[in-house]
Amino acid sequence: MGGFAFQRKSTHIFDMTANSKAFPKRPFSLRQKEARTAWLLLVPSLVVILGVTLWPVIYTFVLSFFYAPTGIHQVRTFVGLTNYLNMLKDQTFWQTIGRTLYFTLGSVGLELILGLAIAQLIHSRPPGWKFLRVSLIIPWAIPTIVIGAMWRWIYSGDFGALNGLLMQLGLIKHYIPWLTLPNAAMPLVILADVWHMMPFVALILQAALATLPAELDEAAVVDGANAWQVFWKIRFPLLQPAILVALIARTVDAFRVFDIVYIITNGGPAFKTMTITYLTYLNSFSYGKQGTGAALSFLISLFTMIMAFVYIRILYRPEENQ
Amino acid sequence: MPYRKSYRKLFLFLLTIPVLLFIFLPILWLFSASLSTQVELFTVPPHWIPQHPTFQNYLDIFFPSLAASAVPRTFTVSLYNSFKIASFVTVICIVIGSLAAYALVRIPFKFNNTIKVGILAIRMIPEVSLILPLFIIASRLEMINKPIVLILAYMSFALPYAIWMMAAFFQTVPIELEEAARLDGCTRLGILFRIVMPISGPGLVSTAMFVFLVAWDEFFYALIFTSTLASKTVPVAIAEFVGRYAVNITGMMAGGILAALPPVILALIFQRYIVSGMTAGAVKG
Repeated sequence: MGGFAFQRKSTHIFDMTANSKAFPKRPFSLRQKEARTAWLLLVPSLVVILGVTLWPVIYTFVLSFFYAPTGIHQVRTFVGLTNYLNMLKDQTFWQTIGRTLYFTLGSVGLELILGLAIAQLIHSRPPGWKFLRVSLIIPWAIPTIVIGAMWRWIYSGDFGALNGLLMQLGLIKHYIPWLTLPNAAMPLVILADVWHMMPFVALILQAALATLPAELDEAAVVDGANAWQVFWKIRFPLLQPAILVALIARTVDAFRVFDIVYIITNGGPAFKTMTITYLTYLNSFSYGKQGTGAALSFLISLFTMIMAFVYIRILYRPEENQ
Repeated sequence: MPYRKSYRKLFLFLLTIPVLLFIFLPILWLFSASLSTQVELFTVPPHWIPQHPTFQNYLDIFFPSLAASAVPRTFTVSLYNSFKIASFVTVICIVIGSLAAYALVRIPFKFNNTIKVGILAIRMIPEVSLILPLFIIASRLEMINKPIVLILAYMSFALPYAIWMMAAFFQTVPIELEEAARLDGCTRLGILFRIVMPISGPGLVSTAMFVFLVAWDEFFYALIFTSTLASKTVPVAIAEFVGRYAVNITGMMAGGILAALPPVILALIFQRYIVSGMTAGAVKG
């Protein structure tokens, strides 16, 4: 790289980049010009992100310290930590957290186990594996609300496919209103979510399996390892980064579940499928308690961030130790 | 040995059957129900294949008679709203997001890393944490039920997502190509539009598809920001079928099939890009 312009030195007294050691090879004026270009390119996106994301998050945080009844002309009063303290004392809150964890662990756990098994199945190249891989795309691509509506009618007590199937198999004598059974509702919602998102996990893991070198397997087989050992001792450790990606994406998503609960059960029966986002929605838009809603939604953000952080720490540590 | 091998193949093939049944049976039932009449749907035991299949449910949506209830009559409006909003969100995200992604990947400047990490963190913020302020502002400006509110609200998750994905794709463009172009006097914008974007074409297609899909899928904002039949998007219209107009179940099944078709067709056309997009979009690039 040569040329006269490149050799000029910056004489600007406020040259903030002069001490930066990041990219020392380039002369200052060029670097400044580059930084200006970068900011120009970033401005449109940053304006949008500041406006629709950063500002609302801060606003929500501030709002969580106020008693804020719904309505434009209502007066807000500063109440300090009251919203948080009330929430922590409230049994409904802890039950909701428990149910949200139930949903998260149930759906993410099943999705990972089934996803890994199906990824391995595709990787073994049975006849028709390409068709299976394409088929997985379909449930993933269908909108969540359509999936929820579909399963709601499958579970329906009046005419549902589940009842019809069980009756024709002779397993039940009468139609059962599945979604009104307190202990059945949540597993049924989880099943619908697994149908929707298990393909996501399977496709990611299948792609990761395909990138593993085949020589490793062959070497292990030559050394006398069986298929089970090959999977757990060789492929599984190498799959960990991909599993981490799927795990974080799914956990963060599952913890904030709303759509599928809203459409299948509406949080019922008797709040048995009420999750934390649903409770926040009710507080903010039905019960008219925006302050409480804001406090709840701040907690959801916090949980989400912590979970992502913890996962990264836990799953990356073994690699460092080896 | 060959015997063992073919047994193994047969065993694996038998394993694929329950998986395929699990995937397809619910969809087939949804489709079959969308071709049924209300009366036939309620028969016990159920008719898995309708004995009197009818396209009436679809006709009610596309050529509504006055007898049809309000929801099927306005479903085409919802389809149009969803198309419009998802397309706008996609175009805006690709245009302004690609500029940002390029700057973050290729131009060194002081806060580069801070912004990168910030965008990743912002991607994780749940919608429910943003809804109150957006709702308060939108009602003060009397913008509820206007498509622009949903377009802006959707940017909150779509734009960080698009930037992160495109950054992952731009990173794979060989830097030597860019350096050569710079020596020839090409500007940064020139490099982006003439070199980086054409080379990462598949990545852009993948990003556009993902953004369109999440915008089409979105329900929470749409539920809160739309209250009139004229402004609803498809997911809200379907939720409406379920709730208030629970009588018209077969109509809802037809609506569900119609709502699922655009994203499924898109995903099947661009299936090659899906997995790379999933990985690029999922937290780590």
